[in-house]
Amino acid sequence: MAADQQTWRRPTAFYNRTVKWLFYIGSVLFVGLLLSRTGVSPGRFWQGILFGIDLVGQMVPPTATETQFNRMMEMLGESVAMSMLATVLGVLISIPFGFLAAENLVPKPVYYLNRSIIMVSRSLHSLIVAIIFVKAFGLGVVAGVLTLSFKTIGYWSKLFAEDLEDIDRGQMEAIEATGGSRLHTIVYGVVPQVIPRAIGLTVYRWDINIRQSTIIGIVGAGGIGTVILAAFDKYQYQYASTILLAIVAVVMVGEAISAITRRRVE
Amino acid sequence: MATGSLQEWQRYDRRTRIGRYLMILASLIILAISWVSLELDFGYLLSAPANLADLFVRMYPPDWGYTTTIVDPMIQTINIAIVGTIVAVIIAFPVAFLSAKNTTPNKATYVLGKFIISFSRSVNGIIWGLITVIMFGPGALAGMVAVGLRAIGFVAKLLGEEIEEIATGSVEGVRATGAGTFLVFLYGIFPQIKPALVGISIYRWDINVRISTVIGFVGAGGIGVHLFEAIETFAWRTVLLILIAILGVVIVSEALSAYLRAKVR
Repeated sequence: MAADQQTWRRPTAFYNRTVKWLFYIGSVLFVGLLLSRTGVSPGRFWQGILFGIDLVGQMVPPTATETQFNRMMEMLGESVAMSMLATVLGVLISIPFGFLAAENLVPKPVYYLNRSIIMVSRSLHSLIVAIIFVKAFGLGVVAGVLTLSFKTIGYWSKLFAEDLEDIDRGQMEAIEATGGSRLHTIVYGVVPQVIPRAIGLTVYRWDINIRQSTIIGIVGAGGIGTVILAAFDKYQYQYASTILLAIVAVVMVGEAISAITRRRVE
Repeated sequence: MATGSLQEWQRYDRRTRIGRYLMILASLIILAISWVSLELDFGYLLSAPANLADLFVRMYPPDWGYTTTIVDPMIQTINIAIVGTIVAVIIAFPVAFLSAKNTTPNKATYVLGKFIISFSRSVNGIIWGLITVIMFGPGALAGMVAVGLRAIGFVAKLLGEEIEEIATGSVEGVRATGAGTFLVFLYGIFPQIKPALVGISIYRWDINVRISTVIGFVGAGGIGVHLFEAIETFAWRTVLLILIAILGVVIVSEALSAYLRAKVR
């Protein structure tokens, strides 16, 4: 071994080292170009950071008057209620979409149609859906609930369909072999395989819906988002930080409930 | 398994069944409370499909003439996502080491790492946008910082989990040659998490594209500014065009991200 005088060099994932360095230099140049195009100067950035520190100073300590606090709690409640309702409505709508988007259960055209619907729902951010629904249904919770329900389709149906595609045919055949009818096969052979996952997905989606329900108010679709936007607009930074903390608390509680439930079910 | 000889087979025993009924009942009650507290109007929900259909009629056909106007904001949107990802990865890298049980120096740093992660993840991108717009003024810079701050938690969390799962063998191997902390990191730990780091970054970039399309609603640059304007002025045909463009960009970036991640793995 010692006869080989070459020193060891770390292997590279690239074709060779020249390519590697070209890639790195190219990346740095590319990002530099991006930054210069947006007109970002170090001075402006630094100024922003200083202002940010100042802003944090204006945010602490988080305080709210009694009226503000009551309004905050009321709107937080509205957010949570919206998320509950939207999860149920959304999952009810998602179940058929899920079955119709399972490649092993439906003909190709139906599969592609439902896949596209799911793709649209997934690709558009909830705020985009919300702002359009606000124009269609007016300001308030109706737009919010429908937004979250629509967004639920993209998530729930997609993952549910993937589960349906992965089911174990052995269990279906076993039920058939005992003389079970078609209905028995579905009830005892298919549904038990996907039920725990479906519940898990629902709870997880509820958790996501809570997060989303706290922001869609920014475009007028109900919930706490309306209040936080107003607080920022009126330079009530201490109130804004109170709301922020409240949102974080609600989101964390939702996440914890969702995690515990999923661990027990799945 | 067979307790009573002549009992009919049932899927669940009584306790499980009662438990299940109670759970369903509790869910229904929560649902009813939500429904009542929102004071939802049935009429609204029933007329929803008609309203939506009406809106789509006003949107069609898309205003193709506007295409040239949205090219630049679209590129800016993607740029915000790229720079935001870079910002996030640079900050998240040390945070990931703090939040991984096997590399964190002590208990306090571990808690700090976990705290930064949950804080970044709990505040939504658009709310980060509200804050950064106040800091940096309206424009793409605010968007980049907002997207970056939001992504720190995601990147650090996944990277931290990856660090916790590295093989200790190669770390010990490097240490056995007498290497110091930095060399152990460079040759023992880093090569093991490098593919994950690249994969996570690409994955986050594609999520960031989606966020970048909306942070313009609060003035943080990108296509969202134009979408917001078009909606506020009821220029529905322009709205449809922008929606189609967003859909295209998001789908392409998702496909690209999936392709690149498959290659890295």
